[in-house]
Amino acid sequence: MDGVHDMGGMDGFGPVESERNEPVFHAAWEGRVLAMTRAMGAASGWTIDMQRFAREQIPPHVYLAVSYYQKWLLGVQRMLLDHGLVDAEELSAGHALRPPAPLKRGPFRLADVPRIMRRGTFGRTASAPAHFKIGDRVRAKNIHPRTHTRLPRYARGRLGVVERIQGCHVFPDAVARGEGEQPQWLYTVVFDGRELWGADADPTLRVSIEAFEPYLDPA
Amino acid sequence: MASHDHHADHDHPGGSELSELQLRVRALETTLTEKGYVEPAALDAIIEACETRIGPHNGARVVAKAWVDPAFRKALLDDGSKAVATLGHLSRVGEHLVAVENSPTTHNIVVCTLCSCYPWDLLGLPPVWYKSTPYRSRTVKDPRGVLSDFGVTLPADTEIRVWDSTAETRFLVLPIRPAGTERWNEEQLATLITRDSMIGTGLARAPGEIA
Repeated sequence: MDGVHDMGGMDGFGPVESERNEPVFHAAWEGRVLAMTRAMGAASGWTIDMQRFAREQIPPHVYLAVSYYQKWLLGVQRMLLDHGLVDAEELSAGHALRPPAPLKRGPFRLADVPRIMRRGTFGRTASAPAHFKIGDRVRAKNIHPRTHTRLPRYARGRLGVVERIQGCHVFPDAVARGEGEQPQWLYTVVFDGRELWGADADPTLRVSIEAFEPYLDPA
Repeated sequence: MASHDHHADHDHPGGSELSELQLRVRALETTLTEKGYVEPAALDAIIEACETRIGPHNGARVVAKAWVDPAFRKALLDDGSKAVATLGHLSRVGEHLVAVENSPTTHNIVVCTLCSCYPWDLLGLPPVWYKSTPYRSRTVKDPRGVLSDFGVTLPADTEIRVWDSTAETRFLVLPIRPAGTERWNEEQLATLITRDSMIGTGLARAPGEIA
């Protein structure tokens, strides 16, 4: 979706402000939100892209106004509601008012923690050879799906070069639509800064995206 | 339903000072626990792991080893996940890690314009600025401006290479080893390797910069 989350290249947000000796969490509730999101994701079999899509659907004025972990809270609440695991009345009551719904992978227990503290594996066996090879010129498609995609707007329609082949991976666009993994070849595609931002761009800039094969046309 | 408020009021002993957000989060946890979906102890363990086990110290050990061991450096650049997996203490690091090396002619910077993708298994959870609107919007267009926000100025002819983490590949920047560290061992070198230097918004510290 062409949402506000897709913010590469937008102006006006001001300087980047880093915090010296930043704590991992700024308040205890942030850690609880992260932990609940991870735990419920593992218990329910929600994929990373389903969860991203839930956060992308936060209304833009809210998305820009709230903190990172507030977005996660809104995202996990939406996922719980959409999957019928909690209802709106329970959310406002802050208590279980109805019996639990079945979880795809069962309740999340202490013994499950080590498993989720390792990043997931998204590589899959390819069903066809890679369409592009290193050095190929490609043009990112001009697509505007209303659903989740990982092709950023600033790259759409732009000409780039395949720099690396990263293997065959779960395709986020399909997963977020509930259509299964539909693995696709993944490429590092590099763009000249002037191709992306025009003649005035920094001539020393090159930007790469990780692009799934369906995002690319030969050029 | 059993009480599960065991973690209540850790940081606000009075309880009455709890912010609305804290109350909402606690209400959600109460609901999920009463439903039997999650064990509060499991949530505690996730938080504990995020606060202690993962962090930039892991990435710094990888970079320090790459600085002193040319065979490891080559293996790391060829296949980051495979190379890191050979270091026993980092066996929890996941797949699809790509290490990219800075040189006098190329400087690498990592961003996630679409959300907050970050090699948390190697660097810990991302700092607030990495997830912030200014960083996500500007880095792909004006990386030198972003670098100047971090007090970093590079020569005008250095190529700036921005890696937008739009899939599950994760990027680790190998900063340039500072001059004057030829006789330093891995543990000493690791003290020079900051989190920001492994994201590309900073450089490794010079020997004179550490106490």
